[in-house]
Amino acid sequence: MHPAPSVIIFTTFSGLGFGLLAWLGLGYPSVTGVSAFAFFTIAYVFAVGGLMASAFHLGRPERAMKAFTQWRTSWLSREAVVSVAALLVMGIYAIGTVFFDTALPLVGAFGAVLSLLTVFTTSMIYTQLKTVPRWHSPLTPVMFLALSIAGGALLAGEITAAVVLLALAGAVLLATWIHGDGAFARSGTTLATATGLGHIGTPRAFEPPHTGTNYLLREMVFVVGRKHGIKLRIIAFILAIILPVILLLIPFSHWLAGIAVFSHIAGVLVTRWLFFAQAEHVVGLYYGKR
Amino acid sequence: MTQLPAKTDRKLGLVIDLDTCVGCHACVISCKGWNTENYGAPLSDQDPYGAAPSGTFLNRVHSYEVQPLATSSKVQPPAQLIHFPKSCLHCEDAPCVTVCPTGASYKRAEDGIVLVNESDCIGCGLCAWACPYGAREKDEAEGVMKKCTLCVDRIYNENLEEIDRVPTCVRTCPSGARHFGDFADPDSHVSRLTAERGGIDLMPEMGTKPVNKYLPPRPKDALPEIDVLAPYLAPVDDSPGGFLGWLDKTLEKL
Repeated sequence: MHPAPSVIIFTTFSGLGFGLLAWLGLGYPSVTGVSAFAFFTIAYVFAVGGLMASAFHLGRPERAMKAFTQWRTSWLSREAVVSVAALLVMGIYAIGTVFFDTALPLVGAFGAVLSLLTVFTTSMIYTQLKTVPRWHSPLTPVMFLALSIAGGALLAGEITAAVVLLALAGAVLLATWIHGDGAFARSGTTLATATGLGHIGTPRAFEPPHTGTNYLLREMVFVVGRKHGIKLRIIAFILAIILPVILLLIPFSHWLAGIAVFSHIAGVLVTRWLFFAQAEHVVGLYYGKR
Repeated sequence: MTQLPAKTDRKLGLVIDLDTCVGCHACVISCKGWNTENYGAPLSDQDPYGAAPSGTFLNRVHSYEVQPLATSSKVQPPAQLIHFPKSCLHCEDAPCVTVCPTGASYKRAEDGIVLVNESDCIGCGLCAWACPYGAREKDEAEGVMKKCTLCVDRIYNENLEEIDRVPTCVRTCPSGARHFGDFADPDSHVSRLTAERGGIDLMPEMGTKPVNKYLPPRPKDALPEIDVLAPYLAPVDDSPGGFLGWLDKTLEKL
């Protein structure tokens, strides 16, 4: 799949932003006044900025409001609805802590649930697609939630929790990669099932419909840079998991925590690039490509 | 509304005969010609006369080579070349419809045609991701998703001659490889063709229940070996006796 920068930025930053909102809603850290304002600003910039970035890959962004209507069947629509609900509920909680020195625990808990539900709905947009076997797995939402909760803990300054959760997220990430590598083969979809010609022999794509490229190939048959997959996975794992954990384990300083946050964000951006670039859509079979 | 209808009154669709398609791409051109000036936005091209042309098409023809397995009677069977037209299959369980966040995509309850209401489409492209067949493309000029409409603006169009009230790809096919009809009617032309020729679904494992069916290519004719000179070249005697027999044995021994 084409790793569009808008979608990589969207999933990375909204995941971190809603992860931080979830921690703040549960009262970790229990802050009020100016420091609460700082925490909520970071959370809202990430969450809202991510959502706005996602609008850039639309062909007709001016009609984006229509995306709130089809929550009965569409995970994308559900994400739109739940994300706005999470931002509104957490907004009430934030106003209480920042301006009135009052935390509303029930509102915060509800907002935290909605925030994590937003991350879950984001992940289900990808998980639901049978056409991309690598994504069509329960590990996809687990991976999105694990990185969101761990990244949220890191941003919230919950050092002990962040160390444990980052390690867990790292394990989930490895599992996603190992499981995902064999997913296309396990799906059973081949050029033989795609064309129904398997009963004659082994089909081979002889000639594409045209000499040029097209939307399908640009959007769903992205192969550039896949050969560096292993190197990028190592880089992503070091940046997103190992380096932040090491920086958090040595005696705390704001500088080191800041570097840990930047390293984690850079690492998650690389994992999201890989999430798209390594995902293979079955339509590529028709073109003799993966 | 992106909820699929539980049942459609009719199931309009195509039968594509892989045995008779000659790969001329006439259906591709007639489709582009009709649909660029009728239903919805035109089918745009980008850089059409430049170095890297590309454009929106609702129907494309692939070509596949299949090497039949060797058998005792055919040690080296010749490879078969199969031309493979592909457009929207108007699936009963269309994943492109349910993923749509705006309700622009829908499947008609009356005839099962899957359509895009272009004034509601935000061009997010998720329907193209959800389709295993590559039947949906984003038009780069208009920013909305385009797909086969089964020529909904022809099949009910009383301004056209009755013979023209079929999808333009069907009307134009010079080899009769494309057939249009109602699969809900077991006696329809397309239902009978599918039954007689063993029409199949593409990627049945995807669970999309496509309405369009593909007729597999028939086995290649095995002509009897005809050689007009053979009677004159046939050996007169397999095991010669007499002088020739003696000569044969003697020469073998040398």
